[in-house]
Amino acid sequence: MSGLLEISGLTVAFGRRDTRPVLDGVELSVGEGEIVGVIGETGSGKTTLARTAVGLVAPRSGRVVFDGREISGARGRARRAFRRSGQLSYAFQDPLRALDPELTVRRAVAEPLAVAGELDGARIAARVEEALETVGLDAARLGDRLPGALSGGQRQRALLARAIVTRPRLLIADEPVSALDASNRNRVLRLLDRLRAERRMAVVVISHDLSSLAGIADRVAVLYRGRVVEQGPVHEVFGRPLHPYTALLTASAPSVRAEGGPGAAALRPSAEPPGWTAREGCVFAHRCPFVTGSCRTAPAPAAVGPHRSAACHRVDQWRELVAWTAPAATSGQAPEPAATGRAPEPAATGRAPEPAAATGEPRKEAGRVTVAPVTARPSEKG
Amino acid sequence: MPHSPSSDPATPGGPAPGPVALSVEGLGVTVSSGRLTAVRDVSFTVARGEAVGLVGESGSGKTLICRSVLGLLPPGCAVSEGEIALAGETLTGRSRREWERVRGTRVGAVFQDPASYLNPSLTVGRQLAEVLRVKLGLDRPRAGERAVELFAAVGLHDPAEVARRHPHELSGGMLQRVLIAIAVACAPDLLVADEATTALDVVVQAEVLELLARMRAEHDLALLLVSHDLAVIAEVCDRVLVAYAGELVEDGPAERVLTEPLHPYTEALLRVATVGDWERRELEVIPGAPPEVGARLPGCRFADRCAFAAPECLSGPVPLRETADGRRVRCVRSEEIDLSRAGARGTREVAV
Repeated sequence: MSGLLEISGLTVAFGRRDTRPVLDGVELSVGEGEIVGVIGETGSGKTTLARTAVGLVAPRSGRVVFDGREISGARGRARRAFRRSGQLSYAFQDPLRALDPELTVRRAVAEPLAVAGELDGARIAARVEEALETVGLDAARLGDRLPGALSGGQRQRALLARAIVTRPRLLIADEPVSALDASNRNRVLRLLDRLRAERRMAVVVISHDLSSLAGIADRVAVLYRGRVVEQGPVHEVFGRPLHPYTALLTASAPSVRAEGGPGAAALRPSAEPPGWTAREGCVFAHRCPFVTGSCRTAPAPAAVGPHRSAACHRVDQWRELVAWTAPAATSGQAPEPAATGRAPEPAATGRAPEPAAATGEPRKEAGRVTVAPVTARPSEKG
Repeated sequence: MPHSPSSDPATPGGPAPGPVALSVEGLGVTVSSGRLTAVRDVSFTVARGEAVGLVGESGSGKTLICRSVLGLLPPGCAVSEGEIALAGETLTGRSRREWERVRGTRVGAVFQDPASYLNPSLTVGRQLAEVLRVKLGLDRPRAGERAVELFAAVGLHDPAEVARRHPHELSGGMLQRVLIAIAVACAPDLLVADEATTALDVVVQAEVLELLARMRAEHDLALLLVSHDLAVIAEVCDRVLVAYAGELVEDGPAERVLTEPLHPYTEALLRVATVGDWERRELEVIPGAPPEVGARLPGCRFADRCAFAAPECLSGPVPLRETADGRRVRCVRSEEIDLSRAGARGTREVAV
């Protein structure tokens, strides 16, 4: 593995030695020109992961390697020099609070270059104009405004302009679109996609929301209580989850279209979790409907096929236990005998052959049919 | 393609709508102490047992509409026109004291940030019991018992224990359930949920939406769900109202509006909603930005962002027209344009 950013065995803990770590053995690799999504709920450690990756938080153990150089161990002068080089930049969450309310857009965007101190004023000004143009902000009209006089979408783009003004090779964006409505969200996501295409810039998008990753991420890592429970290409992970938590996430995401697959209710536990789940074992055990005694030892992330990994003891069994419901809307026009899949028992019949999960072959067809029936696109419009 | 929420017992199109719970007629709202008109000509009804979604971008006026219904407009904002009635009884023009009597008893409400609506220094059980004592006149022991029952009804585990907790000890999803318990405590006619799930994680959001749908079905509530997210509304609602720049631009049954929108703005909203569509790599945007609040525009307020705009769109205010099948749309060209070809007509913005 020789990605641009290599995070291995990263463990971060705050406070006392015996507290549960915020991040526990996280592995993540980001290649040049790649967009990797990190998804997880509040408190899952996604922001800590981003802050550790850029060196704002010191890990307890593990390594962060950027372009062959270990940056997690760098101290003092070396760390300062690396940060100021701007090769790795970080766009903070919440553009209202992350932008200095007393700096105009131009000055805020110029700050990273001014701090680096390598360019003269004229060159900095030129780079600022370039960055503002790249993110689609009208410098003449908005450049001298304060953040308070910008709309949410404009603020978010100003923050991104500031993050890319140093021409970074990797951008870590923390919830870049969660405060925006759908149209502005897509605008910002397209911008990230374009930067990746034009500059081969790698991007890590941190999000709690699946829709923020739609359409742009190549790979996704699902974080739950400090552990990466699943990782792989975005279509495979969301199309055919290997981990019950990922399945719950995708089933819970609201959609304007009818969905197939199990409802979210089928993926929530119906009984109280065993007492030990509060103290030990798999991080997801307390919310997992498929929990067994074996889950009392925490599962390590294991490769499933060449591109995916999942941390679940029951990775090739839990699917059979779900009462898959047929997508109601497609029952009339489904390309397969879908309406039969109601009972728990024939869950696998006529659907994805289970060995796909075991061998991990990228069974695209299977993944599509099982959980997200893309075939059910509204076709009556054509 | 009908969209049927899997866990919703009262499926759309199932039972016939009951008597009208809320009716809003010709509502106009002014902001900046009457200088600007932010909401105009808004009319709709919500029947008992019906779930109606109000969707729009920020600045569409959806929150002002919903605050008007609750009699909770912020200072400087006022209902300038129209009438709001609850189960046939007119509420507009009522005094503050009279509103107090209506809110909490006949109208319940849930908002985006549940923690800010609770007193941090009182247990949540006491806060719910207080509502029951003040509004329903229950005595202290009975109110305490009823509070625990209500907490159980909204799916809180170990309700007696939860009742003894302070707000800071509960998660966002639990607090939202507490708020819902308070909102339905007095068996209101109408429950208003304004961005009630926006701040929650996806998994918790799904649970709270299921709870709202269940409360609606169990109590025969009229539910007005306000959200910027069309997908959230699609999960729960029978009917969708689309707001744009202070006006309603479309109204119709959810499954029709979401599959065959009549207004170009609704169609654009649907195209930018990509959730759940992992195969799609193109991210579409609606060009331009909504007009400033109170902007005086000659005709259709969406015209400058619309791929189908024609000279007649700007000739005068566009009325909300009823179609033959009972849907409503505010577009002069809705009968001649073919929205399924919108993508091919250049609404796709090329540059970011």
